[in-house]
Amino acid sequence: MPQTLDQLPDGQVATILDVQGDDAVAVRLLEMGLTDGELIRSLGAAPLGDPLEFEVRGYRLSLRILEARRVLISDLIRRGG
Amino acid sequence: MKSQIRVLPSIPTSALPIPNSPMPLTVAIIGNPNTGKSTLFNALTGLQARVGNFPGVTVEKKIGRIKGTVELIDLVDLPGTYSLSPRSLDEMVSVNVLLGRHTDVDKVDAVVCILDASNLERNFYLACQVLDLGLPTVIVLNMFDVATTRGAKIDIPALSRKLGVQVVATSAHRKEGLDALKAAIAAAVPNGPGPRPRPFPEAFYAECHQLASKLAELGCSDAPSFLVERALLDVGGYLETEWLAGSDVADRWKTALIESRGRLKDAGCRVPSVEAKARYAWAKHTLADVATTPATRAETLSDRVDRVLTHRFAGLLIFAVLMVVVFQAIFSWAQPLMDLCGAGQSAVSGFVASLIPPGTLRSLLTDGVVAGVGGVLVFLPQIGMLFFFIALLEDCGYLARAAFLMDKVMSNFGLNGKSFVPLMTSHACAIPGIMATRVIEDRHARLSTILVAPLMSCSARLPVYTLFISLFVSDAPLLGLRGARQGLTLFAMYGLGIVAAALVAAVLRKTIFHGETPPFVMELPAYKWPSPWIVVSRVWDRMMAFVTRAGTLIFAAAIVVWAGSFFPGDHSLEFERQRFVELAEATNSDPLKHRAMLEESLGKLNERMATLAPNAESERAELQQKLSTTGGGLADLNAELKPLDDARAEVNHLRASLVEQSFLGRLGHWIEPVVKPLGWDWKIGVGTLLSFPARELVVTNLGIIYGLGQDVDESNQQLWSAIREAKWPDGRPVYGVPVALSIMVFFSLCAQCAATLMTIRRETNSWRWPLVTFTYMTLLAYFAALVTYQVAIRLA
Repeated sequence: MPQTLDQLPDGQVATILDVQGDDAVAVRLLEMGLTDGELIRSLGAAPLGDPLEFEVRGYRLSLRILEARRVLISDLIRRGG
Repeated sequence: MKSQIRVLPSIPTSALPIPNSPMPLTVAIIGNPNTGKSTLFNALTGLQARVGNFPGVTVEKKIGRIKGTVELIDLVDLPGTYSLSPRSLDEMVSVNVLLGRHTDVDKVDAVVCILDASNLERNFYLACQVLDLGLPTVIVLNMFDVATTRGAKIDIPALSRKLGVQVVATSAHRKEGLDALKAAIAAAVPNGPGPRPRPFPEAFYAECHQLASKLAELGCSDAPSFLVERALLDVGGYLETEWLAGSDVADRWKTALIESRGRLKDAGCRVPSVEAKARYAWAKHTLADVATTPATRAETLSDRVDRVLTHRFAGLLIFAVLMVVVFQAIFSWAQPLMDLCGAGQSAVSGFVASLIPPGTLRSLLTDGVVAGVGGVLVFLPQIGMLFFFIALLEDCGYLARAAFLMDKVMSNFGLNGKSFVPLMTSHACAIPGIMATRVIEDRHARLSTILVAPLMSCSARLPVYTLFISLFVSDAPLLGLRGARQGLTLFAMYGLGIVAAALVAAVLRKTIFHGETPPFVMELPAYKWPSPWIVVSRVWDRMMAFVTRAGTLIFAAAIVVWAGSFFPGDHSLEFERQRFVELAEATNSDPLKHRAMLEESLGKLNERMATLAPNAESERAELQQKLSTTGGGLADLNAELKPLDDARAEVNHLRASLVEQSFLGRLGHWIEPVVKPLGWDWKIGVGTLLSFPARELVVTNLGIIYGLGQDVDESNQQLWSAIREAKWPDGRPVYGVPVALSIMVFFSLCAQCAATLMTIRRETNSWRWPLVTFTYMTLLAYFAALVTYQVAIRLA
């Protein structure tokens, strides 16, 4: 069972497997570069717990937990450097 | 409106312009948000853009002539976007302008695509779409200095060869690379378009070809290939839902799209993910040997700063402090400048009055024109102050973090993190707050924010609150704190606005703005030092936009309300008595000054008397003595000035009855049955109607209606006693705590501010939203005041 992006622990890196759905949220995530095969690193949550911050394609992106849940990531998680 | 934007293909899109033609070239500028696009636009055009709106949409239209080129080149600024896939009419504007299908803008001859050099891969997604348009293109790698400092190496000539278009490096905030860019723009049209990237698998293009034939069958024979591709790619997008909408072939069009997408899915190109995959693969491939970024990104200063600023405790604390400073600036620091506006307005009115004798013309000029201009200028200090901070915070990268910090709170009400700053600053004044909603990309969240911003208790409510709280709320100690009841009442009024805004936003989300929750996907840009030039140009830009666009409407509203309270009515006696008053004031200036002096010292003596210790007998006697001489002198002067005082009272009295007879006064009488359930008499009703230009005017207007003249403020003792003594025809007092509360609640929630409504008109480019705002706020205010009064009267 693949994990979703909101479960990626702080500071860790995973590979994106897929973005679920074909609505506006999914399209926006794809447009921002969350395509399958890309590496993504979690940078933690906002002080109130939502949204979350990630690093992907060399820039920083903020996603709500609800949106991050749309992104499937690999089980294989390695320590980010 | 819709017909000219609906993209039925009838306009030919080929026809390149003839070089050296006398017509100016039209060049569009497009780019991701946070790439310094507006900075570049301002640097190229020298702050002399024509600002307006594209018809029918909320998109701002900015066109400026490029300075310092031989050719005449008009630059059209398009809104910052991550992608050219239109989901709404607003987003369709950019596509239509670029394809030469927007009747409001000349056909675009070339396009300048601004990319963030330090974030090339993501930015190349949009660049790929722009190159697919097949227009002469200049690719700009902006913030090149930042990218270089971070260790990026970009081979510009090689990139240019690969793309087949000109590539220019700039650092707009340092004004570097601008000449090269101007030269490239001038050369772009003669050079012609570069090759299209064609990043998709052949199966996709074959499907597009089929779809184009299908369209021809349905009656659209010359659809641009870009639109056909977009229609296929954007599931539920603007082209799918609106193209051919309303015609009898709409269903066949949708079926054709669904079938095409089905075939593509079978061929391994699932829509919509195929686009991101294809374009990002193209971006990676294009950048492969020409741009290198350091493999292991060293922790930058920006990262360390960010750790503090988004820290669980420190981050929120710093945010709170910053917001207090911004609020303080708009609420208090702008005040001296606003007072200066007020003083200037009185000075100009006085000057006009000294030139023109009392009459209709003078009234129009002082109470209409000068008051109208003053009513526009008075907002500039707050607008300037807010946009100074917003530009500063945005340019250094903090504004996105502020949204990141506050999103959780705001999302509960269907808003998002970017709504926080506009709503917070609306507590000083809703106008700059509404203007600041431009940063909210999502249309529904932006409109919700605009619609609820005027519910925040702005500084113009304070005179109303102060007047009625000082008059009717006891300052007797509560839990040992003197004035605590008054403070709590004031606090409750501010709380009422916030609670109402939260409820209205939540209701809007469920009703007119229903639908899927819009994504809040936001880039968090790296921190950098703000550029003073960017901040100054941003402030200038917004102030000009306000004066030229909203200012004219606010001015017009002031004139209309002046006329409504002046006509019809025979003012000849008022003017004649006013002439006498002015003459008498001129000849009696010394006694008048003397009287003012005596009145002041009498007040001081009384004060000392009141605070005297019970056993200070000798001092008491001395004070008694002084009091009686001063009082005697005052009585003599009062006798001497009696004709003048009588004439003044007569003028004030005449004014009150003329206002009562005016159009708005009659309307006030007419609506008395409507306001009676709020505990109001017709005088409060007229005062409220007359306060449409600005709600704080209700204090002055009550002064006029009670025959006290027009120089009355909330601490005026005569107004206080007039309110205390006001009676219904049957002798019951008009005012009491329930009425005071119902007036305060009404003014807390009502839309009595023409300037706010006109700003909403300007920002949304439609009369619909100011009308919606006015209607819902007036109804809300009315019913809240009704409930307040009816409950309070039963408890009292």
